Amino acid sequence: MTTRHILEAPIAEGAHDQHMIVNMGPQHPATHGVLRVVVELDGEIIVRLYPDLGYLHTGIEKTCEAKFYHQVVPLTDRVNYLDPLSNNLCYSLAVEKLLGLEIPAKGQYLRVILAELSRLNSHLIWLGTHAMDIVALTIFLYTFREREDILRLFEAVAGQRMMTSYIRIGGVSMEPPIDFFERVDQFITRLPESIQEYENLLTGNPIFRNRLKGVGYLSAANAVALGVTGPPLRASGVDFAVRRDIPYSGYEKFQFKVPTSNDCDCWARYEVRLIEMYESIKIIRQALDGMPEGASYTADAPKIVLPEREKMKTQMEALIHHFKIVTEGFAVPAGEVYQDIEAGHGQTGYYVVSDGTAKPYRVHMRYPSFATLQALNTMCAGRMIADAVAVIGSIDIVLGEIDR
Amino acid sequence: MKEALLDKAAVVNGLAEHPAVKALTTASDEWKPEWFVDAKYDRNELTVTVEASRIRAAARTVQAAGYNFFEDMTAVDWFPSEPRFQLSYHILSHQYKEHIRLRAFVAEADARIDSIVPVWPSANFYELEVFDLFGIQFNDHPNMVRIMMPEEFEGHPLRKDYPVEGYR
Repeated sequence: MTTRHILEAPIAEGAHDQHMIVNMGPQHPATHGVLRVVVELDGEIIVRLYPDLGYLHTGIEKTCEAKFYHQVVPLTDRVNYLDPLSNNLCYSLAVEKLLGLEIPAKGQYLRVILAELSRLNSHLIWLGTHAMDIVALTIFLYTFREREDILRLFEAVAGQRMMTSYIRIGGVSMEPPIDFFERVDQFITRLPESIQEYENLLTGNPIFRNRLKGVGYLSAANAVALGVTGPPLRASGVDFAVRRDIPYSGYEKFQFKVPTSNDCDCWARYEVRLIEMYESIKIIRQALDGMPEGASYTADAPKIVLPEREKMKTQMEALIHHFKIVTEGFAVPAGEVYQDIEAGHGQTGYYVVSDGTAKPYRVHMRYPSFATLQALNTMCAGRMIADAVAVIGSIDIVLGEIDR
Repeated sequence: MKEALLDKAAVVNGLAEHPAVKALTTASDEWKPEWFVDAKYDRNELTVTVEASRIRAAARTVQAAGYNFFEDMTAVDWFPSEPRFQLSYHILSHQYKEHIRLRAFVAEADARIDSIVPVWPSANFYELEVFDLFGIQFNDHPNMVRIMMPEEFEGHPLRKDYPVEGYR
């Protein structure tokens, strides 16, 4: 067994008689994956706490350097497996920025619908597991019922439930099925009622309230200093959302509110995420209603976007382009770009460096959970150990994106 | 998309009113304009290259200019050319709603740079990751240890001379 570094001299000087070190994880269910948290305790009070990472490190950034640009898309799914389409979107936007590729409005709207469904997916899992960590076991089954509907939609559109790889460089991998938008419509018509049901179960529940109210306080200044993004940042009173403030993929065309709260605690994060779910539904509704006319969801770039199956079988150029893309990829002009988007957990960013060849020179992924974890000690110090479970749940981490 | 400005003179002329460019071309107690080495404005992104030894002063200067949020940092290995490592810092401004990229180059022989944890505590894990995967040291970092790989691991996997598959 390897020795891990973070335990070195963790106990404060002069406290060796009173303080105790306790390991939470890496197999503790409340840490949502293989996160190990080393906690220094004084009785039941947390003195300090260190997250220990790396158990899930797969070197995915290194792998990207050995693949063609289009082969990296499936890898991005596996980084944050609860919000796959946002990852696809962020990577595709970054490479499109390098290529200078414009996506038709129709494709952008479809991407927005899918990114918002993906956010709902992420928030539903968060709500179920977070509530389960605390007390409310039932809610998990309810949120997974709705999540199943989202996964069915993903399956309809991409042929895959979790690792969708649907959003590709230059557009999407194929046209959605004929009744897809109808099914999305039915789903989002049903969903507000379900969210109301979760609220009925949780918001008035005194145990749930007491476990969250006033727990995990993170001031706005600390949130900014520690790199917290997404719902936890907005729950600390910082009014910033990439979707609204640095719009991408046509988000400037939609009307939606960005919920914030000044309570700065776990309860505020719960409230912010619930309102975000309603706002996502609004965005999807607008995208469905305003879906622009157009021939195609993909950019007109035959050397980058794979041709449709039918064209490939009947047209020689399409077959040649297909063969070229699959066997030798496509060259991307040299340069570096950083693209960030608002994913379910916070700000996701891709830094792609190209040296002019068909393989990325460097792909760096900025994922929100990695930075948010730095704030864990600030939120937990001085509180009871049971509060650490609530706090870890409330910041909504996925270890796949932390360790990469 | 705005037109690309590909060298320092073009950026300083074309974006004279840009808050970050303005701050970095003005002398202050902490900052001298000659530490501003190069710049480019490409694909709507501003990149400023600064002297590696002055990265902390550069970070303080852009922070004071309104770029309040450290979003990301990483390194790029340009092996076998020298200086080998490029460090890229992505800084976001909540106020101006845009990013800037600070760059610094360090040579392989002396792969070390000042830590910016005193300016942005959020850089902590990012610097550990660069140290772990690229082997670049950060001066004054509070706890310079490997974060992803096990402590006794040899080598730095994201370096270009480290193979993608197989044994070393």
